[in-house]
Amino acid sequence: MDLLFEKSIRGRSCSLLPKCDVEAATLSKDHMRQKELPLPQLSENDLSRHYSALERRTHGVNNGFYPLGSCTMKYNPKINEAIAALPGFTQIHPLQPDDTVQGSLKVLHLAEKYLCEITGMGAMTFQPAAGAHGELTGVMLIKKYHEVRKDVGRKKIIVPDSAHGTNPATAVMAGMTVVNIPSGSDGCVDIEKLKEAVGEDTAGLMLTNPNTLGIFEKDILEITKIVHDVGGLVYYDGANLNAIMGVVRPGDMGFDCVHLNLHKTFSTPHGGGGPGSGAVGCKDFLTPYLPKPHIGVCDGRYEQQYDCPQSIGKVKAFNGNFLVTLRALTYIITLGSEGIADAAKNAVLNANYLMKRLGECYCIANEGICMHEFVMTLEKEAKEKGVTAMDIAKALLDKGIHPPTMYFPLIVHEALMVEPTETEGKEVLDEAAEAFLSIYRQAMEEPEWIHHRPTHTPIGRPDEVAAARHPVLHY
Amino acid sequence: MNNPSNLKYTKSHEWVEFIGESTAKIGLTDFAQESLGSLVFVNLPEEGDEVTVGESIGDVESVKAVSDVYAPCSGAVTAVNEELLDAPELMNESPYDAWLVELSNITDQEELLSADEYEALCAKEE
Amino acid sequence: MGSYIPSNETQRQEMLDAIGLAKVDELYSQVPSDLILSGGPNIPEGKSELSVSRLMSKMAEENVVFPSVFRGAGAYRHYIPSIVNAIVSKETFVTAYTPYQAEISQGILQSIFEYQTMICQLTGMETANASVYDGATAAAEAVAMCRDRKRTKALVSAAAHPDVIETIKTYCWASDAEVELIPVKDGVTDLAALESMLDAGTACVYIQQPNYYGLLEDGEKAGETAHGQGAKYVMGVNPIAAAILKTPAECGADIAVGEGQPLGMPLSFGGPYLGFMAANKAMTRKLPGRIVGETKDSNGERAFVLTLQAREQHIRREKASSNICSNQALCAMTAAVYMAAMGPDGMKEAAAQSMSKAHYLASCLGKIKGFELMYKGEYFHEFVTGCPCDSDELLKHLASKGILGGLPVSDGILWCTTEMNTKEEMDYLISLVKEVCG
Repeated sequence: MDLLFEKSIRGRSCSLLPKCDVEAATLSKDHMRQKELPLPQLSENDLSRHYSALERRTHGVNNGFYPLGSCTMKYNPKINEAIAALPGFTQIHPLQPDDTVQGSLKVLHLAEKYLCEITGMGAMTFQPAAGAHGELTGVMLIKKYHEVRKDVGRKKIIVPDSAHGTNPATAVMAGMTVVNIPSGSDGCVDIEKLKEAVGEDTAGLMLTNPNTLGIFEKDILEITKIVHDVGGLVYYDGANLNAIMGVVRPGDMGFDCVHLNLHKTFSTPHGGGGPGSGAVGCKDFLTPYLPKPHIGVCDGRYEQQYDCPQSIGKVKAFNGNFLVTLRALTYIITLGSEGIADAAKNAVLNANYLMKRLGECYCIANEGICMHEFVMTLEKEAKEKGVTAMDIAKALLDKGIHPPTMYFPLIVHEALMVEPTETEGKEVLDEAAEAFLSIYRQAMEEPEWIHHRPTHTPIGRPDEVAAARHPVLHY
Repeated sequence: MNNPSNLKYTKSHEWVEFIGESTAKIGLTDFAQESLGSLVFVNLPEEGDEVTVGESIGDVESVKAVSDVYAPCSGAVTAVNEELLDAPELMNESPYDAWLVELSNITDQEELLSADEYEALCAKEE
Repeated sequence: MGSYIPSNETQRQEMLDAIGLAKVDELYSQVPSDLILSGGPNIPEGKSELSVSRLMSKMAEENVVFPSVFRGAGAYRHYIPSIVNAIVSKETFVTAYTPYQAEISQGILQSIFEYQTMICQLTGMETANASVYDGATAAAEAVAMCRDRKRTKALVSAAAHPDVIETIKTYCWASDAEVELIPVKDGVTDLAALESMLDAGTACVYIQQPNYYGLLEDGEKAGETAHGQGAKYVMGVNPIAAAILKTPAECGADIAVGEGQPLGMPLSFGGPYLGFMAANKAMTRKLPGRIVGETKDSNGERAFVLTLQAREQHIRREKASSNICSNQALCAMTAAVYMAAMGPDGMKEAAAQSMSKAHYLASCLGKIKGFELMYKGEYFHEFVTGCPCDSDELLKHLASKGILGGLPVSDGILWCTTEMNTKEEMDYLISLVKEVCG
């Protein structure tokens, strides 16, 4: 398919602006751009057709089942989009005086209130723009906490080897060193290894619960106690909150601060890779360190409070991805108390049902009940027949199903992580199970067949080696 | 597996070619390039850097993974093979010609393996 | 209660039977029982869509939408062509995931590749990434890119946006790296002071163009000064201004960053916005975040993929230079559609009009005693004037007439115009200012 630049025709344009109604101001030559501006020249019709063609080459939740483990690709409600498009929210300048933005401040205040209830935290900021951004903010809170207490030796962050790559990367960005602890055979934190790893140099532990294998860490109270006993703090990576929201609260499990992925658990859309929102909540003792401003209430009016002398500062300009926070609030208000818990329970039910069905052929990495996601491994099939997780994924593409997450977590070889979410009906799960199982059976009979998948997609397998060896990064 | 007998080897799958007593060239073995898959980039140290035996002096990237390259001895980096920056595929195609780093003023060195010892190690790892 | 769960009671029972459980609650048997919330979280009951719509619309009505805006300071009200929203609200684009599966994501990947190309065209730089969270974090990530073992200190112009400065400071504090502010003289960065501040430990110099006060910096000289002492040069640029100003590449920048909000994103009370990052050839592999590259597929057809992934956190983990995972994909698409709809002439026109209107307004204001320009230098579409009366009172009066006036700053008021402000609006504003302070 051609690029916009290849469709460009000199002299084409959209007539968008009226003539200037004041005298033209001029720039001195020194400041003037000398280089040409070779943006494409197109008509509106050209653009409309181009992006419609791109749309046909994209796969959204509206196109089919999207069981990406750890991403929670649940249905994105359209009421959220309608509310986020209201001019009363979109036309608001971030630097308007507080008394003219009471609506937006109320949104932030209510989102904080409700999410604190759901997570068992005392305060929350919506400034971080994504999960990884939230992680950085959370670890910064921990760093600041120890700094204020003048506990200078605490430079280590403990991370299980099953963790998402953002966890160790975040720790390093916060000036910490990473201590990796191996998981037990059940994928859970090895308590003995944790006890060995903690000490007076422990700043904190970063943990996801359920963990990245979809298993609930049943020793969580002991885990958080071990870290607290040495003076460290515990950080909750909220990527998997969809399994337990409204049923269990991170605060009750002993976590001191959390980040949430509003674009996972709270239904805001993924947009092809963003914008998301990585809200960060914390217990009361960490509140003074949150980024500024904080939204407070004074005499029944909302205000942005900048007088936060112990704040870590800012992690982003203004107030974070406000329209994303707005979508999440709309969702929470829609579901309400019962609906939040129900969503989690049905996510877990759907995952266990699908796991049961796929277990007819596939090797499931962990025995017993899973939470909202489960991991399958193709290790045996890869060794014996040369059929890999990648192959299964590519074959699924031909069936219009977005493949599960591949090769994560790292502690399982040839992993496929499946997360159906609660917004799929049983018939969708049955149809998907049939697709997975028929692919498996055919691959076992004729492995060569699967190595040529996909064949029904806009392109075949791309040459990623060439793309990395000789990068072509623009037209 | 073709491991030239005039070279020495490390447990972390680098080969070492001594040129004179205190200078050596370092590269990746055939076993290494085979297990890493198609290599797309190499991060080399800078000339003049001081390295200590056992520490990572750079890394190689495939599409989906990164692997450290370890110093088999302590010394100073006197040359890096910049040709590999534009043609990383050489590390896969001719691993024993595609040297990464040259070290001089070698002081310490770890226990190095002969070609036979290295071949035995590889057989065990498989 | 609002719900998006399709399965009915019968289907749920069938699934429980297949798993061999009697009740849904048994799925949580692994969880210590005292952790289980008995009644659900303490938030209100769920609501029907109509009720939610009413409730949220009421909240929107508690905001004041100003028909006339003369405030910028990092967020700018430009005209958004209708085609932009028509395209970026397409359900498939909105609900798609990150394009890791290239075969079914060519739409997203191509749109990012086109966006990257346009950012390179706008800034003149060699490579652009797929975007980061916003201009402030882009600046912070650029500063991090410039650090190496010997050079760790960042020198940041005090004439940059306060939120950008604050964010850079926070990120540098997290990494235990030093930041120093370069003083301002006559509203622009004091390059003589910069010269004396540079040393062998300086990693980079950050200058904003135009700066926070709307003034134009000597972008080329700042770059020469930085390079003269071996430091890298990072320029934060306004993307509309970039259409007519000397590009960061022409000024010798190693990295160009900026806030992309003016490229088709509404004000939105601060987000989602867009951080663009572009680098010269030497710094390309240090760029954080996603990058899309072109290659061929197994049939020899053109294909786009996420590439150079071995820089990123999901592969390098603790050895990654940044933890960034997502970009602002839909916002990057918004910017691409905007730039394609405006085209080179439209971009130049938006820039020229924004600037011309500012100069008109400044000259009219300047005729009122006390509202002269604070600084003498050349400016783009923002400027600072004095304010002889109580600025609060003035702004309140303007607000009562539906006008969001300039932003009060320490020296006076920071005004902004874009192509959206008509002569009529500006003349009306002048009459009101005369009323209160004339």
